Amino acid sequence: MKLEGQVKIPSGCAISAAISKDGNKMSGEMIINSMKPMHDRSNGLGGGFAGYGIYPEYKDFYALHMFFDCRDTRKECEAFLKERFEIVHSEIIPTRKIPAITDEPIIWRYFAAPLKSVLVSLQLEEKEFVAKTVMKINAEMSGAYVFSSGKNMGAFKAVGFPEDVGVFYKLEEYEGYSWTAHGRYPTNTPGWWGGAHPFTLLDYSVVHNGEISSYDANRRFIEMFGYKCTLQTDTEVITYIMDYLLRVQGLTLNEAASVIAAPFWSTIAAKTDFEDQKKHTYLRTMFPSLLITGPFSIVLGFEGGLMALNDRLKLRSMVVGEKDDTVFIASEEAAIRSMAPNAENIWSPSGGEPVVIKVKEGAF
Amino acid sequence: MQTIDAANLDYKAVNKALREAGNDCIIEGCCGQRFIAAGMSDKNLTINGIPGNALGAYLNNANITVNANAQDAVGDTMNEGKILIHGNIGDAAGYAMRGGKIYVKGNAGYRAGIHMKAYKEKIPVMIIGGCAGSFLGEYQAGGVIIVLGLHKDSKHIVGNFPCTGMHGGKMFLRGSCENIHFPKQVTARCASAEELNEIREYLSEYCSDFGYSEDELLSGSFTVITPDSKNPYKQMYVAN
Amino acid sequence: MSIEFIYPEFEVIRNESRCISCRVCEQQCANEVHSYDEKHKIMKCDESKCVNCQRCVSFCPVRALKIVKSDCTLRENANWSAQTVKEIYKQANSGGVLLSSMGNPNSLPVYWDKILINASQVTNPSIDPLREPMETRVYLGKKPSKVHRTKEGTLDCKLPPQLELSMPVMFSAMSYGSISYNAHKSLALAATELGILYNTGEGGLHEDFYCYGENTVVQVASGRFGVHADYLKAGAAIEIKIGQGAKPGIGGHLPGAKIVGDISRTRMIPEGSDAISPAPHHDIYSIEDLRQLVFSLKEAAEYKKPVIVKVAAVHNIAAIASGIARSGADIIAIDGFRGGTGAAPTRIRDHVGIPIELALAAVDQRLRDEGIRNNVSLIVGGSIRSAADVVKAIALGADACYVATVALLALGCHLCRTCQSGKCNWGIATQQPELVKRLDPATGSNRLINLMTAWKHEIKELMGGMGINSIEALRGNRLMLRGIGLTEKELEILGISHAGE
Repeated sequence: MKLEGQVKIPSGCAISAAISKDGNKMSGEMIINSMKPMHDRSNGLGGGFAGYGIYPEYKDFYALHMFFDCRDTRKECEAFLKERFEIVHSEIIPTRKIPAITDEPIIWRYFAAPLKSVLVSLQLEEKEFVAKTVMKINAEMSGAYVFSSGKNMGAFKAVGFPEDVGVFYKLEEYEGYSWTAHGRYPTNTPGWWGGAHPFTLLDYSVVHNGEISSYDANRRFIEMFGYKCTLQTDTEVITYIMDYLLRVQGLTLNEAASVIAAPFWSTIAAKTDFEDQKKHTYLRTMFPSLLITGPFSIVLGFEGGLMALNDRLKLRSMVVGEKDDTVFIASEEAAIRSMAPNAENIWSPSGGEPVVIKVKEGAF
Repeated sequence: MQTIDAANLDYKAVNKALREAGNDCIIEGCCGQRFIAAGMSDKNLTINGIPGNALGAYLNNANITVNANAQDAVGDTMNEGKILIHGNIGDAAGYAMRGGKIYVKGNAGYRAGIHMKAYKEKIPVMIIGGCAGSFLGEYQAGGVIIVLGLHKDSKHIVGNFPCTGMHGGKMFLRGSCENIHFPKQVTARCASAEELNEIREYLSEYCSDFGYSEDELLSGSFTVITPDSKNPYKQMYVAN
Repeated sequence: MSIEFIYPEFEVIRNESRCISCRVCEQQCANEVHSYDEKHKIMKCDESKCVNCQRCVSFCPVRALKIVKSDCTLRENANWSAQTVKEIYKQANSGGVLLSSMGNPNSLPVYWDKILINASQVTNPSIDPLREPMETRVYLGKKPSKVHRTKEGTLDCKLPPQLELSMPVMFSAMSYGSISYNAHKSLALAATELGILYNTGEGGLHEDFYCYGENTVVQVASGRFGVHADYLKAGAAIEIKIGQGAKPGIGGHLPGAKIVGDISRTRMIPEGSDAISPAPHHDIYSIEDLRQLVFSLKEAAEYKKPVIVKVAAVHNIAAIASGIARSGADIIAIDGFRGGTGAAPTRIRDHVGIPIELALAAVDQRLRDEGIRNNVSLIVGGSIRSAADVVKAIALGADACYVATVALLALGCHLCRTCQSGKCNWGIATQQPELVKRLDPATGSNRLINLMTAWKHEIKELMGGMGINSIEALRGNRLMLRGIGLTEKELEILGISHAGE
């Protein structure tokens, strides 16, 4: 049977997220609980979380979370990394044995910084170098997989229901200012942990619900710029598109949202703000191959913030709510209520309307 | 009056308890359980907490009151009865409903009243107190959809693409709706006194349900939208 | 005549020496091809209206009529076929989307015809089905993964709801509206007599037919016509129609002209109003939403009815089926790209979807690879034409087959492919009372019973030849199949060896 990456496996899902605008730390337990009322949106074949601000003691180092199929692969990969990075700390990611999660690979994390000499000789900017290294390992090193590579953040994922995955990774022991979560409903058995979500690159993480219809048009375009879609998942291509638009092209979050969930031409034509109309016409004309069609709701995590976005037809549900300084986002209101029973200002963003929440300057 | 504590029950258990309970029932601590009262008749049900998707699907003459928001697909393919929501509702509310009433105090998400039908004495009615999302009344084939736009701030009363494919029934939007673009196959005009009379009964019921003043509601103008044809796609095909 | 003129496709040949001007042809033709010239006392015809349904030919008492293809042709062109050119003329004339009926008529590969069935010789005995027991009964539904025992240690024999069929064939969905009351009644009577099931299609269930509920599959499609709690409980199973082989990815559209009388009542929509089925179910935009619809139906039917999910065979069918199997469905029905229809846009019908043989092989294998084949039963359809096709489908891995075109042929259909006109002279695809009454339900059901009884005998003969005396032993028994004239890739997908291997 073909595994994820050899074949495209459509899947549906549940998503959930929380962020403290004041940068207050929240344990991972809350986000785990939010997935429980949405149990039926997953089918036990993938769950995962991303936490931001969880590694304050190593905040200047890239936290590489990795799966290995065996000890030899790990040794080989570590040798590869040591030629390129200064590794200040490495360890097995702590997990607890539970019956619901089985067949785990070897799971390690490395806190590392690229060697200056390597950057100079390759004439690469630091982030670009880390991204390329991640691509290289994931595309070329059989049995090794980097599933998280940002600073002061980390993704945790496995095959199983999300609430079990959270318990497996002992997420109650981590504290972050923002969290995202994902429960997966793939139409296949991936049998492989890398296929679970969130999908990450550098400090970007994406959780996503829905099966997009533009996948191969998007993939074949983005692969021109050095990205390799090794998993053939929608989430992977969305992550690369966001990295390309935000980091490489320097668009703002709202502009990037206007590219991937562009308004219909009729909606653009009806705009009375002509500057806005001009901007949208430009973005659609400039990046036609990055329009994403079909259902999606995503939460993009990044350093210091989150962005939530629905497809332009709003074919997936997504709800936002607030309590004090914390903002919650989820596929269903029930998830928000289980995090904050008295959440206020519950609302559903329109299709293509990005919701950007940033932590106050200096608070993270 | 029987109380079902839903706190640690899944939807199957909640519905089982509901079927076995008497006609009057309260569900407490609801948090995302789906399909509540699916296909049920002869119940007066109050829900505290957030009911999950497909609340009252295929509902057959039961009354449901939700004292909070409700999620997606409320009253899916509903046949008879009444669903009263003291908050907002999610997407695709009243999909293909043929009869009964869905009254919402707050806003509705996308695709409210999609493919709503009517048949003989069965005329479904959906009233949304706040605003409705895009694709309101898509494929509407019958029944009445009313959007009041109360407490709407500066938002439009409906999102984009209302009434696409509408081929039956009526839609009433409070206000003049000058900025709303309707598709070609429908006509939007100021509702006449006679037309408002048709919905007066529903509005007064709605006002008494949620404590609004009927006179105040009716003080402004309403726009009524009706399809031009029951056969909007007749000319599109050629036999081959 | 003008630029809009297109020469008629058929010619009506009348043998004047035989014709007795009895005017039967005139009475039989709802298309008004035939007329009687009072002045000259002869029959005349307007072949531009002829659809070649053969009604007049069949009913002419003196065999004076035949319909032939016109030999008035455009200049031959291997690239621009006459069909292609005429379609362009029609669209230039009207601006309309081309609309066709029944299955894809184009010459694309029929894999059934490239698969051969095995027989026993020497090493094990073949069986004579006329004298020895031969079982064709199947149960469709989810089979639990574990045996349970009661506290006392006896077997807990509770099973999820199952459908019992006397043979692995069912009549697939055709709505009341697309076909007539008498056609539906014929199907219902035959299914009941045969111990199989027929399917309401998406037009609801006529009140007269609730009594055949045990042999009825009630369908829930995106238009939700006639769907209510009693309807859901009326049948033996509930089928969610996601798609149809003839038109994957698009909805349905029964013109208002056909929504009259009982049709309107059964669909529970007003007379004259178009019955539009949206392309998707608007409560299913993702695989986890399918689970929601499946379980909302199970809740409404109190878990007493198996739920079938019917999809069209499309590129990603194996993954889709896997998703459906994990969404609570008891049975998956897959409809191949040759499946019939009352009306579909020509371009969709002829260019979208994949052959059922490849879809079935891929789905069955994928579900086995994932260890979930037992969670669901598989029904396949989309041009199953004979008992041999049924046997091949079962050996590839199907639990049962859906047939519809076959049933219509038994009821008198001559495949003229103009169902969309509503003027079916055979009383099948029409709602005109004087046409509907031409189909007598007693005759119709008898012909269906004849056909299926014959097929059952043939299935038994073929099974007996292989030394198999129960249909369960044939299911997924791909060693009983060999390919002929197929490429390595085709054999690989079908999971069979080439003849001679």
